[in-house]
Amino acid sequence: MAYNLKENLMKEDRLAGGHRMCAGCGSPIAVRTILRALNPEDKAVVCSATSCLEVSTFMYPYTAWKDSFIHNAFENAGATMSGVETAYKALKKRGKIDDTYKFIAFGGDGGTYDIGFQSLSGAMERGHDMVYVCYDNEAYMNTGIQRSSSTPHFADTTTTPAGTVIPGKLQQKKNLTKIMVAHGVPYVAQTTFVGNFKDISEKAHKAIYTPGAAFLNVMAPCPRGWRYPSEQLMEVTKKAVETCVWPLYEVIEGKYQLSYTPKNKLPVEEYLKMQGRFAHMFKPGNEWMIEQVQQEVDRNWEELQKLCSL
Amino acid sequence: MGIRERLSGNEAIAFAMKQINPDVMGAFPITPSTEIPQYFSTYVDNGEVDTEFIAVESEHSAMSTCIGAQAAGARSISATSSCGLIYMAEMLYVAASDRLPITLAVSCRALSGPININNDHSDIMSVRDAGWIMLYAETNQEAYDNYLQAMRIGEAVQLPIMICQDGFITSHAIENIELVETDQVKAFVGEYKPEHYLLKKDEPMAVGAYATPVYYIEAKRQQAQAMMDAKDVIKQVAAEFAEMTGRSYGLIEEFMMEDADEAVVIIGSSAGTAKEAVRQLRAQGKKVGLIKIRSIRPFPAEEIAQALKNVKSFAVMDKADSFNGHCGPMGAEVAAAMYANKVTEPKMINYIYGLGGRDVRVESIQHVFAELEKITASGETGETYRYLEVRE
Repeated sequence: MAYNLKENLMKEDRLAGGHRMCAGCGSPIAVRTILRALNPEDKAVVCSATSCLEVSTFMYPYTAWKDSFIHNAFENAGATMSGVETAYKALKKRGKIDDTYKFIAFGGDGGTYDIGFQSLSGAMERGHDMVYVCYDNEAYMNTGIQRSSSTPHFADTTTTPAGTVIPGKLQQKKNLTKIMVAHGVPYVAQTTFVGNFKDISEKAHKAIYTPGAAFLNVMAPCPRGWRYPSEQLMEVTKKAVETCVWPLYEVIEGKYQLSYTPKNKLPVEEYLKMQGRFAHMFKPGNEWMIEQVQQEVDRNWEELQKLCSL
Repeated sequence: MGIRERLSGNEAIAFAMKQINPDVMGAFPITPSTEIPQYFSTYVDNGEVDTEFIAVESEHSAMSTCIGAQAAGARSISATSSCGLIYMAEMLYVAASDRLPITLAVSCRALSGPININNDHSDIMSVRDAGWIMLYAETNQEAYDNYLQAMRIGEAVQLPIMICQDGFITSHAIENIELVETDQVKAFVGEYKPEHYLLKKDEPMAVGAYATPVYYIEAKRQQAQAMMDAKDVIKQVAAEFAEMTGRSYGLIEEFMMEDADEAVVIIGSSAGTAKEAVRQLRAQGKKVGLIKIRSIRPFPAEEIAQALKNVKSFAVMDKADSFNGHCGPMGAEVAAAMYANKVTEPKMINYIYGLGGRDVRVESIQHVFAELEKITASGETGETYRYLEVRE
């Protein structure tokens, strides 16, 4: 069935409004879009790592989650969901439940690229029938914008401040999507919010309904950490895609496939200049930083194109 | 009729697990508990149980999977030791706070460093405040019997429970054991029927809330109540178990305490050694006795104080240190129990002993009683924080 935004939006939201996430934050948009990809008749158990998302959506005695939901800790959404999914198998086998459930875990980049990495790796390697979604906002936003291994090169964070001696984060962003591909899971995809949300919606549906473990990496900007005006969220993600800073692609059974190739690949400045975290890169004398990032983006893009042509 | 067998403590635990056939096991190997998931995965792979076994990548994930599975409505188990137990420490607190009656078998072992694989109680003592019920076995038989009682206790008060035994000493040594028939085990343990769970039909549930200062302390108060309520449940379940097997258990065991002037308070397999020391001293006409703590959590404060109220002096034996500069963990709790119950006459000393598997012999305990005898005679305790048989 062809994707239709209007029809998709007619589906009931499975994350209720009234939660405490910031305006202009990508995370609840990712969650609502992904949950909308569930077939309405299917039930789900959702897990969230400790994060902005968790503390803002499930503050006792209120919950924004209409499906069953479990939060355990910062570093173990992968293992926690492994347990839930295994319980489902056990209880189903013993005839104690008859509904169809899907299992979706959410973690920020801190809870996914860093502290929850081992737990995620274990869950993916064991092949639990679940989707792990990283909502990647490229720093520890819940604790106040500290660098993670997902933070991009030169970004100004509270633990990599753009100083007079050290100009922001010295390391490049870790390529977690490729690491997940290396786990040999049947479905891995990288996506974000563009246009009518077709890309993320279709990838979420595939991830949920591919038997076995699946991983979605969703760029989900943070207006406080990235320092863009809330209303420019969709503009930021669009520029990330058009500059090839965040290419859209999927890997099905190990086969890389580009989801989108920009007609005119924009220079990285177009993306960087929208965000306060990169402001120091535009100061006179720092042109080399932008040049370096451009080279890195070009190299990664070429490499990805090669993988997709195999 | 019971089944007569010869099993190691680990094997006995694994056999109890097999008889119970729980829904989910998540486990990671660590000496000396490794054999438990090994035996159990053999049962799984040979179709002797239909439990789902998750061979996780760490103890942290073992407990995390158990939390997920138990919250989803499945009876979940694990086994661990030592560093594995404290690696899952954060999750132990979550399991208790989420009120998930997970059952964890612990073959107790020293903590690093120096790295050491032998028995002491440093691992369980370091997580004693995590909110878990903790029963400790002296023998393989007790380890097995405690395991059969565990789920009844934990599920009744909605708290997770640890079934502890001494690593290697009972976990690996083979002893005669009397097993309960499997159909009797199943009838005794019963099915797990939680009221609320993630996969319950037509009733979604949210687990693991963020609680602000307006709610947090009430959640903790309820946990405290459940732990207090567990005391009676442990006794009731033990009474039913005694009816089935003839083997009786309490929160503590009193051994020759009737008219004792001197006593030791001890946990685990060393209680067996200490009982022999008591027998030998009794044969010499000395009025000595022993208290073995079976239930570390809930802590049987009143029972211990009552049992000690008529002694002249006693030693609390700690197979772990608190490194607080004045006493071990059980030393502190027994002292608090005595004071809270207004039993302040007996003189108390505290020994740290057997760390990292240092052998505890009958003579070791006799030395403790000799010291107690001196204290009774002089009325002076001297140093109350002592290390037993250590090269200084």
